[in-house]
Amino acid sequence: MQNKEAIVIGGGPAGLTAALELLKAGASVCLIDRNERLGGQLTKQTHMFFGSEKQYASHRGIDILEILTNSLGKYGNKLEILTETTVVGMYRDKVLSCVSGDKFFKLQGEKIIFATGASEKALPFENNDLPGVYAAGAVQTLMNEYGIKPGEKVLMVGSGNIGLIVSYQLMQAGVEVVALVEAADRIGGYLVHASKIKRLGVDILTNTSVKRAIGKDSVEAAEIWELDEQWQGIEGSERTLEVDTICVAVGLAPLTELLQQMGVNVKYVNELGGNVPILDEQYQTSVEGVYACGDLANIEEASSAMVEGRIVGINAARSLGRSVENADFRIKALRHELKDLRGGPPGDKVRKGLKKLGVAT
Amino acid sequence: MDPKNIIICRCSDVTLADIYELFDEGYTSFEELKRIARVGMGPCQANTCGKMVQWEISKYLKKPLEEVPFHNMRPLTLGVKLRAIKEAAEDEE
Repeated sequence: MQNKEAIVIGGGPAGLTAALELLKAGASVCLIDRNERLGGQLTKQTHMFFGSEKQYASHRGIDILEILTNSLGKYGNKLEILTETTVVGMYRDKVLSCVSGDKFFKLQGEKIIFATGASEKALPFENNDLPGVYAAGAVQTLMNEYGIKPGEKVLMVGSGNIGLIVSYQLMQAGVEVVALVEAADRIGGYLVHASKIKRLGVDILTNTSVKRAIGKDSVEAAEIWELDEQWQGIEGSERTLEVDTICVAVGLAPLTELLQQMGVNVKYVNELGGNVPILDEQYQTSVEGVYACGDLANIEEASSAMVEGRIVGINAARSLGRSVENADFRIKALRHELKDLRGGPPGDKVRKGLKKLGVAT
Repeated sequence: MDPKNIIICRCSDVTLADIYELFDEGYTSFEELKRIARVGMGPCQANTCGKMVQWEISKYLKKPLEEVPFHNMRPLTLGVKLRAIKEAAEDEE
């Protein structure tokens, strides 16, 4: 078994910045990602980011990825990158078992940073297994990574930022977005994204959900219906839309399974997407030397994930005995950035969730 | 909506109707459903069905989601060939 100074699991926005901060402080890092390429969600984010310059606002996600990987490139043999490697087991003594192709091996880390992200939530409706029913992330991967259109006429389900942005990206690819339905009584994502697709003629229907997919071998139509205050479908309100694709964007759930395998304390917080690890001020879990950041800690934008990754990287480097220049000042500034990103009405949910978890915001 | 046509677990082909039937037989915890119907035991390891199962239990028991325990998670998260584990063990020696 190989011993590592710091292991980062997940090479998305949070994992990349955590690795960078550790490397900057002189630590050795082993960065593991199950995909072919590093970047996580950044690999498919063709839209420009909001926020401030510090979080690369006005850059596209794919370009931010390039900036971050270029910075990683400076650290040579201090950085070991294991792509196409999946961590399949996690044990309390900070031993990980990994699989890469046909190879199975174990690693142990002095500090372990979890940045495993989240998985998409599925929706129970009739014929939800019909080909043509996609999760929004899958549509984004097909279009933005592989250049494949998922269909010609899409019903989007969910008006969070992912639903709104993917609708726009579908239209950019020449796909018609027939309607966007939202079960809640209001739009979930940023209004600036919603206005953009509304201007392009997409109907955004609130208090509405998909009742069933219709089709023989694949989706030929979708039946939608209005919901009452208890989120129950109203009989007689059904409408049929001619679509060949139903894209489900109903939220994300943190991928805590590895943390739970090693017995880290988690708490169910609906506002944060489900079970999330309970973290201390340092972003450390209930197991000493094990940290969590990004969507795994709470579902937010990549901008926040990058800031959290930096905080975790600095904290982990310091607890390894590495000296970090201006550490206290930088952590304070980073916390301030998080506060800004979570400000205003769009941040209500996250702030409420973090409060339930006992985290000061 | 016809629960027979709603798939909850794609890995083991479990419908919402199957889940309702198990509820009526008295199996109302994730752990029980997992053992009987194999929800959460396939390749996705509950990453697709998990939240839907939790939601259905919450509705059936009229309990908030916070009070519906998720299933226990154990290694390994993916299928691993015994040969790979054997070879790794030999390398250790």
